[in-house]
Amino acid sequence: MCKWYLQPGEQKDVAVSSRIRLARNLKDMPFPNKMTPEQKYDVIQKVSDALLQSGDPVAADYRFIDMDKISRNEAYAMAERHLISPDFAENGQGRALLLNTDESVSIMINEEDHIRIQVLAAGLQLEQAYQKAEQIDTLLEQRLQFAFDSNLGYLTECPTNLGTGMRACVMVHIPALEAMGTVSQLANTISKIGLTMRGTYGEGSEVKCAMYQISNQITLGISEKAAIDNLSAMIKQILARERQARQGIDHDKLEDMVFRALGLLRSARMISGDEFLGLASKLRLGIGMGIITEVPIETVDALILTCRPASLQSEAGGALDAESRDKLRARKVRQQLNQQ
Amino acid sequence: MLCINCGKRQATTHIKQTVNGQTHEYHLCPECAMKLGMASFNPFDLSDLWASLFKNDTPEVSETVKCPGCGSTFEQIAKRGKLGCPECYKTFYDELLPSLRKLHGKTHHTGKVPGNADEGTKTARALKTLQEQLQSAIESEEYEKAAQLRDQIRRMEQQEGDQ
Ligand SMILES: [Zn+2]
Ligand SMILES: [Zn+2]
Repeated sequence: MCKWYLQPGEQKDVAVSSRIRLARNLKDMPFPNKMTPEQKYDVIQKVSDALLQSGDPVAADYRFIDMDKISRNEAYAMAERHLISPDFAENGQGRALLLNTDESVSIMINEEDHIRIQVLAAGLQLEQAYQKAEQIDTLLEQRLQFAFDSNLGYLTECPTNLGTGMRACVMVHIPALEAMGTVSQLANTISKIGLTMRGTYGEGSEVKCAMYQISNQITLGISEKAAIDNLSAMIKQILARERQARQGIDHDKLEDMVFRALGLLRSARMISGDEFLGLASKLRLGIGMGIITEVPIETVDALILTCRPASLQSEAGGALDAESRDKLRARKVRQQLNQQ
Repeated sequence: MLCINCGKRQATTHIKQTVNGQTHEYHLCPECAMKLGMASFNPFDLSDLWASLFKNDTPEVSETVKCPGCGSTFEQIAKRGKLGCPECYKTFYDELLPSLRKLHGKTHHTGKVPGNADEGTKTARALKTLQEQLQSAIESEEYEKAAQLRDQIRRMEQQEGDQ
């Protein structure tokens, strides 16, 4: 089966991906910051057995990865693909990962909590992603006793996750709203209704890839469904506003801009991460608006996820200096975009 | 300029990040940028938020109280921004409550309950959910629905009392 980011999803023109994360801890066991190496090993055993020995057909789809036995670069590459947190990549001691074949489900053991179930899905698919995470959670609880309090819900190392332990997140691509300068106003509104908006400009101050992540902040006193509904409602508003803003852009200029981006990406021999992200963002806009039809949007999203430094190095099988990375990146991009 | 993360290597990369409209700029060396550049893509790290709650008003607590589960004092928890074990929540419940309220607005869980939770927990949760539904039914003036919910709650409370 192809990786999750190549699979179909809804509203992909603006919604890039959806993510659900559930935090769980075992009863009668200190949280990871207070655990001995023996206890960490014990938790790894218990959690991986609970899934892999469950007898459930889903178990066959998972592989066990000892985070201390893989190279740091390989771990960083996983973080670049959003499978694990950067902290989990940086320090592999006493940590393990259960990962399914299409990489849509990753279960981090001994991250900030004993268990973090994460589900990734293409486009806007929060409900489906939650269902998938919830199934794994239910499977695990048949063999594990989770730390749970009737008032406070699932107990977590950091109280910001207390209650449902659920964080839902949607990445949106909003170049038109960004160009109009309405993003900070939007962020302001979002923060007032218990959501958080994060944006990244890539590694340089000039570059803008117009990707923002919007997630729920509150986990206590709100059900999983209500939290997801709140977030979905906000995302749908953003989708509508972005599409409206896109219609307002001068069509000739837009067409020129996106075809230039495609031309550069198809011809460049060396391309930095920043330049790539900026052009990929323009190309993505062109595809989302139906101006460019020969490149599927999934191809762009896959390139964005796999053209970062650690992923390139892991593909090359060794350390690369910046120039070699830029060459490899350009070659990869060219190959993908000239196939069509 | 030196890298703000390691303080050792020359900072050549500048990462800009916005959280809720506020922009922060970080000057990093290429190695730290590789690690932290991904951090800026991580939407789940809110631990700073929690730690900031204690900056101004650390609740008064006698230093001698230690969690029986892990030996943490409340002061240590507030400083770390992390609890030591599930038992800490019971030990320092009263001290934690005001900051939980600040953080989440509410202090009662209303989501999923593990399938293997004890019966008492399940009934208590079911009751709480019904009471919340009742409240919202009253607020939206759905009196028929409210009456039904009230009956349901009464039946449940009676069963509880009988046991
Ligand atoms: Zn550094
Ligand atoms: Zn404790």
